[in-house]
Amino acid sequence: MTDIDPLVIAGREFGSRLIMGTGGAANLEVLQRALVAAETELTTVAMRRMDATGGTGVLDLLRRLKIEALPNTAGCHTAAEAVLTARLAREALGTDWVKLEVIADDQTLLPDPIELLDAAERLVDDGFTVLPYTNDDPVLAQRLEQAGAAAVMPLGSPIGTGLGIRNPHNIELIVARAAVPVILDAGIGTASEAALAMELGCSAVLLATAVTRAADPERMALAMRDGVRAGRNARLAGRIPQRFWAKASSPPRAGAATVENGGN
Amino acid sequence: MKATVNGDELDLPDGATVGDVLRAIKAPETGIAVAHGDAVVPRAAWETTPVHDGDGIEVLTAVQGG
Repeated sequence: MTDIDPLVIAGREFGSRLIMGTGGAANLEVLQRALVAAETELTTVAMRRMDATGGTGVLDLLRRLKIEALPNTAGCHTAAEAVLTARLAREALGTDWVKLEVIADDQTLLPDPIELLDAAERLVDDGFTVLPYTNDDPVLAQRLEQAGAAAVMPLGSPIGTGLGIRNPHNIELIVARAAVPVILDAGIGTASEAALAMELGCSAVLLATAVTRAADPERMALAMRDGVRAGRNARLAGRIPQRFWAKASSPPRAGAATVENGGN
Repeated sequence: MKATVNGDELDLPDGATVGDVLRAIKAPETGIAVAHGDAVVPRAAWETTPVHDGDGIEVLTAVQGG
């Protein structure tokens, strides 16, 4: 067993397999405590109009905590919007990594697969390291990988619902065929679901709301950190096969010849 | 002349550049990006990119989200 088990995306290593979002935190102080507790090394930010205060508070916070900022294209509905937003993020943050989100509608916040693939192709051509937020569709995941995505990030369930992983088999299918990291992104509600994502073979988990809107964000961040680690270890350890009948784990009792299959 | 900056009208002298817009709205020097219509204005071109009457300019930064 080794403790050195980095997450590798596009040749870069991360010690933590928990990627955090910043949305939903009541204020930067709460966010800071949650990010520190999560021990995350990579955290998403959105691009928006500069407000009257002119602050770049969340960027300053991430820099102070030595957490890499991963800009996203949250709020974009078309490939053209997403490409422009990614280019603006590259200019503002000096990174060519982007979490690509292209949303179909504001009620489900589900990815629009047509626009998503189009945007991924254009951004890869433009030299970006593209991490697309995608549906839990094994075919689309493959198409994104073929387009040059550095990871694929299927949802467990719609953004912010906390409904967990609605189709674990699809996540396993995506993992089984992907040569790039699979990052479970969206839908996680609690730590057992983060652990399940890792047990299914995901390389990392990305979550925000489950922590930032928990009653105690800092404690939930700890739980998520531990859930991701537990799930990763369980995946690497290899679970026992499931069986219908019980199987004793203790040797049979000596001299208890009349009791067969006894003990536990 | 007038340009629309982040949705608000801004009075600018003739011959103003993107750099003048950023100073007028007191934008920080780092952590921001500028879109002029559908194109990104690279940092190196801020002082030389002219703004015309009726132009739309967006100044973006990273915020909590996602």
